[in-house]
Amino acid sequence: MKKYLPAVMFILLAVLLIVIGIILQQPESVFNKAVRICMECVGLG
Amino acid sequence: MDRKKIRFGIQAAATLIQNANIKGFLTGSIFEGATKSVCVPGLNCYSCPGAIGACPIGALQSHLSSMKFKFPYYIVGFLIFFGAVLGRAVCGFLCPFGFFQDLLYKIPFYKKNRFRIDKYLRYLKYLILLLLVIILPLTFDLIPFFCKYVCPSGTVAGIWLAAADSNIRSALGPLFNWKLIVLLIFIVLGLIIKRPFCKYICPLGAIYGFFNRISVYRMTLDKNKCINCGACAKACMMNVDPAKNPNSMECIRCGECVDACPHKALQMGFMPGLKKTEKTNDPAVGGK
Repeated sequence: MKKYLPAVMFILLAVLLIVIGIILQQPESVFNKAVRICMECVGLG
Repeated sequence: MDRKKIRFGIQAAATLIQNANIKGFLTGSIFEGATKSVCVPGLNCYSCPGAIGACPIGALQSHLSSMKFKFPYYIVGFLIFFGAVLGRAVCGFLCPFGFFQDLLYKIPFYKKNRFRIDKYLRYLKYLILLLLVIILPLTFDLIPFFCKYVCPSGTVAGIWLAAADSNIRSALGPLFNWKLIVLLIFIVLGLIIKRPFCKYICPLGAIYGFFNRISVYRMTLDKNKCINCGACAKACMMNVDPAKNPNSMECIRCGECVDACPHKALQMGFMPGLKKTEKTNDPAVGGK
């Protein structure tokens, strides 16, 4: 089980970062970008 | 059912789930539901009419290139989560663009996977990650360099949108032509080389590769069973030698090596060989 400890630590860190991101309302900026056509991505911008 | 069929089924299902907005393909409009705020694990342009989630690389660049810099906790959290749980199994099982390349490689054509500059070209994806995904978007506001100049996933989305919308069609210009050339290059290379985009270009694969040694989903080698016959290395399309490094940063967990091993020395899955720690030669756990 010891060999999976780094993975567990990273998973906990990831959850913590996601929670901080949610508190800082970062999902909204992801959403706002993702619901509009990204002109650069599709080769128009 | 054999491993290849299972993997193919998972890849097809993951591609369909991540692009479940079928209506968008017909109307040329993009999905605007709440799931667009959630990052998907693979490279899947959020401007694709079918996409129901956000591409983590696109979201990361968009965040880094915004006027006011704030650390992208949310997106980095998703990248670490997928990396720590799956590593590059995301590339092998869940990435729609990886699946597209696997389908391309099935087309009968001249094939060549081993050539001299291959090992040097592998470093290109780390350079692209550093330069086009992180440094340049941080330096220049509002320009997602990787998405704009390289990412062929966005070009596929662009083709679809242009086909469905005359306004977009009329706006096509030199940038689209450049991206179309890049896409065509990867299509031709994808007929010859197994997953050229994953091997040499993909910054998402570069990130997940860092987690391959520690991820929950990983590979173990039973040294007592391995006779160093080289069958696993010969079977590997990513040019990894699993007998030497079962958790190489380049391994996409396709499982070809596991099937090729005549002595069943390789195991792959979630926490494989949990009770056989002493038999593994995984350096991450203190083996040789």
